[in-house]
Amino acid sequence: MDSKVLEMRNISKSFPGVKALDDVSFDLKAGEVHALVGENGAGKSTLMKVLAGIYSKDSGAILINGNEVKIESVRDAQRLGIVMIHQELNLMNHLTVAENIFIGREYKKKFPLFLDAGKQIKKTREIFSELNIDIDPTVKVGKLTVAKQQMVEIAKALSYDSKILIMDEPTASLTDSEIEDLFRIVRTLKEEGRSIIYISHRLEELKIISDRITVMRDGRYIDTVKTEEADIDDVIKMMVGREIFVKKQEPFKNEDAPVALKVENLSAGRMVKNVSFHVRKGEILGFAGLMGAGRTEVARAIFAAENYESGDIYINGRKVKIKTPNDAVKAGIAYLSEDRRRYGLALGMNVDENISMANMKKFSKLLFIDFKKSFTNSQMQREKLDIRTPSLKQRTKFLSGGNQQKVVLAKWLTRDSEIIIFDEPTRGIDVGAKNEIYKLLNNLAQQGKAIIVISSELPEIIRTCHRVLVMCEGRITGELIGDEIDQNTIMQYAIKRDINNGRLSS
Amino acid sequence: MTRTSDKPSKKINDNKMTSSIRDRSQIVIILGIYILMILFFFILKPNYLSYDNIMTILLATCVNGLLALGVSFVIFTGGIDISVGTVMTFSSVMSGIALNNWGLPLPLVILFGFLVGAFCGAVNGFGVAKMYLPPFIATMAMQMITKGLSLVVSGIKPIYFTAAPGYQNIATGYFLGIPGFYNAIVILLVIAVIAYIIFSKTIIGRFALAIGSNEEATRLSGVKTDNWKIAIYSLCGLFAGFAGLIMSSRLNSAQPQLGAGYELEAIAAAVIGGNSLNGGEGSITGTILGALIISSLTNGLRIMSVPTELQSAIVGLVLALAVYFDKRRRINE
Repeated sequence: MDSKVLEMRNISKSFPGVKALDDVSFDLKAGEVHALVGENGAGKSTLMKVLAGIYSKDSGAILINGNEVKIESVRDAQRLGIVMIHQELNLMNHLTVAENIFIGREYKKKFPLFLDAGKQIKKTREIFSELNIDIDPTVKVGKLTVAKQQMVEIAKALSYDSKILIMDEPTASLTDSEIEDLFRIVRTLKEEGRSIIYISHRLEELKIISDRITVMRDGRYIDTVKTEEADIDDVIKMMVGREIFVKKQEPFKNEDAPVALKVENLSAGRMVKNVSFHVRKGEILGFAGLMGAGRTEVARAIFAAENYESGDIYINGRKVKIKTPNDAVKAGIAYLSEDRRRYGLALGMNVDENISMANMKKFSKLLFIDFKKSFTNSQMQREKLDIRTPSLKQRTKFLSGGNQQKVVLAKWLTRDSEIIIFDEPTRGIDVGAKNEIYKLLNNLAQQGKAIIVISSELPEIIRTCHRVLVMCEGRITGELIGDEIDQNTIMQYAIKRDINNGRLSS
Repeated sequence: MTRTSDKPSKKINDNKMTSSIRDRSQIVIILGIYILMILFFFILKPNYLSYDNIMTILLATCVNGLLALGVSFVIFTGGIDISVGTVMTFSSVMSGIALNNWGLPLPLVILFGFLVGAFCGAVNGFGVAKMYLPPFIATMAMQMITKGLSLVVSGIKPIYFTAAPGYQNIATGYFLGIPGFYNAIVILLVIAVIAYIIFSKTIIGRFALAIGSNEEATRLSGVKTDNWKIAIYSLCGLFAGFAGLIMSSRLNSAQPQLGAGYELEAIAAAVIGGNSLNGGEGSITGTILGALIISSLTNGLRIMSVPTELQSAIVGLVLALAVYFDKRRRINE
């Protein structure tokens, strides 16, 4: 039973500017559930995409049942019995369950071009009964719950007679009872001798379902442990790594400063549940958590980029109604999105046009643009923030990430925003420019702006924030101030789901 | 301190620009092709550049030029308006009703026609911005609505403007008495300048481009993009109203069955002028050039006795080639 069905040896993979995988090895036994854990960007998904034929590796070897194989496409992987079930399911909502399962290899009748729908449905029923799943093969996939859709994906994988299933965060959007159903199916698959690679952030879940846990960090293999012998705290330590020396943010001195923004019981959709917090003038408040914890959604709800269901927002102690981004901007809130190319900039427009975008009323009289006033301001911002561009006429799509970010910031400073929300402020920005952004954050705080920093990079949080809120699955699970802020503690709060009075459950 | 205070003002000079001709090279290329085309016809038929023929070409540009100017603003936002042809007809039909049935004085009749056009545009904008209809669908509905209403209101008969004696002169009278120099040409010129100013000097033009470039980022900057879209579609409708005036004045009547097909020629003019249907960029100068190219081409072909049916085919070919070369140029960028 201990035979290795899969071995990945010394896999390396680089993307322009990043070494995503550095000499990573991984193996999988028959009938095993092998969990793969790590922080955002640790390389789990990249490794699995190499295995599933989505990315090609730069070096290293992949062995199936002891024989080296070439995997250059998803087809190759499928032929070898490897199928990846992505977090975002790849099903066609308007087709039926059976049509989805046999898409691209439909059963045909003798007469060409005619489909044998009956046989397809019969085959689908066989797979379902094997897995003990109760889904009607003729129903349209779009009508199924996410959990059922996931089962269809699994059934589809089995229809290829896959021996190795890769599941990426399979429980991310499931309810507790649905998770139980999923685990039941996973166990059935195990008994049939199939192997499963299970990527998840939920460590307590791995305790239940997995046999071994492999930890990755920064594109490298760290260690593999047997689940029954593993200590969750040790696993977390391995995920975070040895404490790298990060210069911590100085403590917040002005604790009596007025509260600039207070949010009470904010709820929005699935991702934001009863979130309450405040931030003072001159304070930098961090939002930490894993991807999908709901941090961006909190920001977007406050800014009314998305509708929120309930909750109260107070600016400078006064309750405000924010229904559109226009209301938010008027209330003095600025939001710098994690995806500035999509939500921050009009890329085809020039630097000046982008900087003045949020404040055209100030830069126009009776609809006519006051070009001089706008240019003067843009030029002032350009010097103040050190925006490096050949001219204010340069289209923003030709600027570097750091300078683009500064243009977005200049837009909000032009508007005199008092509460500035930075969502992943340094994503896609090189190291030198990162330091500049951090300096800017401190300067803004010293000027009395209330700053919120949402970041998935723990060193960034530690370095910039006076106070940190940790989110997990839509809730705030912990608040850390001053010395309490360190990578380990943040990760503990980011992963655990069951919270009693803000304390960890185990 | 003095250094920092006078530095910006110095910089302003080399940043002096309006957002209109973002891409001068593109306009230069289109202009170059236009001149080559004129030369081609001129060499084959020297008569092509006679004073009378030039005026004929300019007069023929008027209706399409006005429609194209209006639809350009919508195209800058990344939208499309395929109702301008029938909205033009509807506004002139309504003008005729105002004159003949309601007995309004001529200035009010003209103003009413403009308002009808602007109102149709506003409804288009409302459908797009507030009802989330795709621009193509919203304006297709308007196309069918105005087409139907024109026929119903007029009883499928032309409505004559004979009750207002000076009406025909609005378009076909001579400007300052200069023979051949039609008023309509002056009107097109004036309105083109106004459109240019709206586009390059006002926030309407700025936001049209911003919405076309990245609507969500614009909205998240606190700009009320919905309202601006309604304003821009209304502007487009207003220009269709202008076209309606010229059209009905030339014919001295409102022809309820006319109108369909004009919208496509207007869009073609905007596109030949180098405006991308994806929005976010473009120029009014380009649109005017595009309208001139179409009318000059059609005129040249007619002089060379190319059958009408074939003329349309050749304009279509020019349209496809224009977009093809523009795409290639963009990829090379």
